[in-house]
Amino acid sequence: MKSGKALIFAASALALLAAPPAFAAKASKIKIGFITTFSGPPGVIGEDMRNSVNVALDALGHKMGGIPVEVIFEDDQAKPEVGKQKAEKLLGKDKVDFLSGIIFSNVLLAVRKTAVDSGKFLIISNAGASQIAGKQCDKNIFSTSWQNDQIPMAMGEELNSKGVKSLYVVAPNYAAGKDMITGLKKTFKGKIVGQDMTKWPTQMDFSAELAKARAAKPQGVFIFYPGSATVAFIRQYEQAGMQKIPLYSVFSVDALSLPKLQEAKINAVLGTYDTGFWAVNLDTPGTKKFVAAYKAKYHKYPSYYGAQSYDSMLLIASAVEAVGGDLSKMDAMRSAMEKANFESVRGKFTYNNNHVPIQNIYLNQVVADKDGVWTTSMVRTIYKDHQDPFHSQCPMKKTW
Amino acid sequence: MRLSARTIVVLAVLAILAVVPAISAWTDVPFWTDLGRRMMILSIAALSLNLLMGYGGMISFGHAVYVGVGAYAVGICAFYDITDGYVQLAIALAASALLALVFGAISLRTRGVYFIMITLALAQMMYYLGAGLDTYGGDDGLPINQSSDFGIVDFGASVPFYYLTFALLLLALLFMQRLVNSRFGMVIQGIRSNEARMQALGHPTLRSRLAAFVIAGMMAGLAGVLLANHTNFANPEMMHWTRSGDLIVMVLLGGMGTVAGPVVGTVVYLALEEFLSGITEYWQLIIGPFLVLVVLFARGGLLGFLSDGRRDG
Amino acid sequence: MSTLVVEQLFNGIQLGILLFLLAAGLTLIFGIMDLMNLAHGSLYMLGAYVSSTVALASGSFMLGVVVALPAILLLGVLLESAVLRRLYRSGHLDQVLATFGMILFFNEFVRVVWGPAGIEVPLPPFLTGTVYPGGVALPVYRLVVMAVGLAVAGFLYVLVAKTRIGMLIRAGASNREMTAALGVDIGRVFTLVFGLGAALAGLAGAMAGPIFAVSIGMGENVLIQTFVVIVIGGIGSIRGAFVGALLIGVIDIMGRSFLKDIFGLFLPFDAAETAAPAVASMLIYILMATVLFFRPQGLFPARTG
Repeated sequence: MKSGKALIFAASALALLAAPPAFAAKASKIKIGFITTFSGPPGVIGEDMRNSVNVALDALGHKMGGIPVEVIFEDDQAKPEVGKQKAEKLLGKDKVDFLSGIIFSNVLLAVRKTAVDSGKFLIISNAGASQIAGKQCDKNIFSTSWQNDQIPMAMGEELNSKGVKSLYVVAPNYAAGKDMITGLKKTFKGKIVGQDMTKWPTQMDFSAELAKARAAKPQGVFIFYPGSATVAFIRQYEQAGMQKIPLYSVFSVDALSLPKLQEAKINAVLGTYDTGFWAVNLDTPGTKKFVAAYKAKYHKYPSYYGAQSYDSMLLIASAVEAVGGDLSKMDAMRSAMEKANFESVRGKFTYNNNHVPIQNIYLNQVVADKDGVWTTSMVRTIYKDHQDPFHSQCPMKKTW
Repeated sequence: MRLSARTIVVLAVLAILAVVPAISAWTDVPFWTDLGRRMMILSIAALSLNLLMGYGGMISFGHAVYVGVGAYAVGICAFYDITDGYVQLAIALAASALLALVFGAISLRTRGVYFIMITLALAQMMYYLGAGLDTYGGDDGLPINQSSDFGIVDFGASVPFYYLTFALLLLALLFMQRLVNSRFGMVIQGIRSNEARMQALGHPTLRSRLAAFVIAGMMAGLAGVLLANHTNFANPEMMHWTRSGDLIVMVLLGGMGTVAGPVVGTVVYLALEEFLSGITEYWQLIIGPFLVLVVLFARGGLLGFLSDGRRDG
Repeated sequence: MSTLVVEQLFNGIQLGILLFLLAAGLTLIFGIMDLMNLAHGSLYMLGAYVSSTVALASGSFMLGVVVALPAILLLGVLLESAVLRRLYRSGHLDQVLATFGMILFFNEFVRVVWGPAGIEVPLPPFLTGTVYPGGVALPVYRLVVMAVGLAVAGFLYVLVAKTRIGMLIRAGASNREMTAALGVDIGRVFTLVFGLGAALAGLAGAMAGPIFAVSIGMGENVLIQTFVVIVIGGIGSIRGAFVGALLIGVIDIMGRSFLKDIFGLFLPFDAAETAAPAVASMLIYILMATVLFFRPQGLFPARTG
């Protein structure tokens, strides 16, 4: 009788589902929850990060330690509460083994407690909040990016060595913007002849600030404008006839904004300098592999957000491999991660006590590559093996 | 006694909320408890807004400010190591009441779209103030690492906190029911209908509306205290005008002219958001037109749609 | 220093005129149909996207702008006939809910069609560059935007004050019921007005794109400011929108330029540096509150009934 068979089938299926899994040291699937932003203007960053995660998965054969990997992407809409809710969902519903991603510091700070309380690893692919590098570091939190201050500190050094004595600073008036200026002031020895903090994120008109900058006659202008604000600022910079004043930036000119600027033929951006931990032409095997694979798959350059996300996946893979897929061995995975034993885009590096990389910071310049595509190119190393200024505030000890 | 379709829906929603932790435990998905608690907290905020909008006819784009104030009260107290829940609650309620009094006194002299704009302006000013206060995190927000200590329930424990919130939601519903059917409630509704007439009858209309404003603000402040414990942080984004907009959507969706409408609206909206974003990345393509359709075809929100035309309290 | 003041004044006026393009459409729609249209910013965004797409495809920026106008006008007429006209009697709340839903939809729609990255369009060489009359630096493109804005202001003035259509618009703004009672096909007037408002928003977007960067949600950046402008100016009044926009533009720019120096006169440097940007953000709201305190109906109220 059909219904009888169906009943038996259903009952056995239910029994199988309800039965506790047979004792298995090795996980059957590695689940990673990746929180990033897909909505609104920062969506272009999220897309780049997702692309890069996919490139990493391709390189790994979609397996870590021989076990299939699944990455679940969630959109935090750049809102801390949503980010936290997505973290709760990934941990409390999808039962992910690792959390990764996170673009914005305020989202990171909101997610932190949920992540730490879960006992799972959080691999930060971008946000460089000083709190996480310092007092609120945690044994299960790792960064494959940097701490905010490091990058503008390097720019300060560079400005000193270039002999820049007067600088005009424009940045958005929110935590990251303030961090960038703090970082710059840590090392820059010249005079900041003017500083403007603009309303964030809605202010796209910079005419007033540019007029003030021009009137101050500085030797250089320093900006930090993530996302589409870079394009707006530099367009207006050129329209205001300010190209003669050298423009220095951090986290502004990248593979996301440069195609737009090139599309609009904003030549003013060519030749400008920025500092960062990476560039697409960094001479490391990791970078060469990553950039080639990304370009083959997506026909454009990856951004540093992507490079960081790529590294996050490789870091997790190195930990899974080290324990042969037995994810219960948290301590062993942690030791493996602390050794940074994977082919990172930044080359061989070590982790600091606060799980932030000890890494080089480079001077990059915006150039046209051999195909005429505008990109950033590494000029020279400013800091070798730089430690972020907050690591001493982190109580963890470096034992590796 | 035959229950109306509306009452059945409301009771169903409350019943589901009551058993969510059990479902969570049975399916081993702790996330449902978190989601349910968030729905209840925002329902309390929406209920308070309904007092202003539904019964008072005042469309406030600044209501989320009071939620934020409640959250910051908890956050700032915790920052100074004051974790006594009763102290935090007292400060939260006092602060929201005071702010509502001041903002209400400024805004209630205006009407219609001017009232909307003033409440929006005041809300944005609070947002920029919060984002500018670097000591308390600025726009990074203020992490709250210790839950409020009320002695009776551990706010740090997911399920007890859930049921306390549920109890508070029921209390809020009861309070609203009593309030709108009280003399004060009648006066407020009368003012919404025809202010001139109420004044002619000798009612101090400005004072009454201000009182409603303050009561609503305090209730939102309470929601803020709960929210701070739920999210373990306070940040200025909680006060942004778009958050007030979210609350307005939730109240309208549920049905503005009813006591429990906001609860239904909040639960449906958040459930829809959660469900749709799980299916597709482009969920806003669906929810956008859904809201438009609700406005066009479900006048009076979901509960209004279900009603038989009578409006009850 | 005085060069700077002149430059900032110019910047303020220029910003104001750009804001006027947006506000003019919004105040007409709000004034005549009493429709609170949050999706006005979406029309602005779509104007920028359509214009940029056509400009990139054809190689001509001007063509992009010219095409965007009728395109967004058509979209506006479609929206009005299909959805918005059912909301005229619904009250502001329902309008807020519906148009909020539209914002969500349009932002996502743009993401689906154009992707999350935004588009940028090069300006023709004769529009780039800066001129220096009397030592004051004026970007050429911004001068052009000003010229276009003033031309639109002139056109609207002629339309509203001197034509029959304009008379109907003024009558509708001033007293809708009476106008309808006098036998005017008010529905047709409304559709026309909405189309006009949408076209103005689309034009604003097309012109603003090369300055502000074309991106998803760019409309929300200016939405609040636009509402503040029309509230200050008086709802339904084009003249009010013009004056209000200029006021907001100039005060915003002046605040950003000189507030820190003013604070620096009586506050320690660090305090001035932190307080100035925060207060500069609040300035337009403070301005609005002040205007409403003295003239609760705005500067040039159009409504009489």
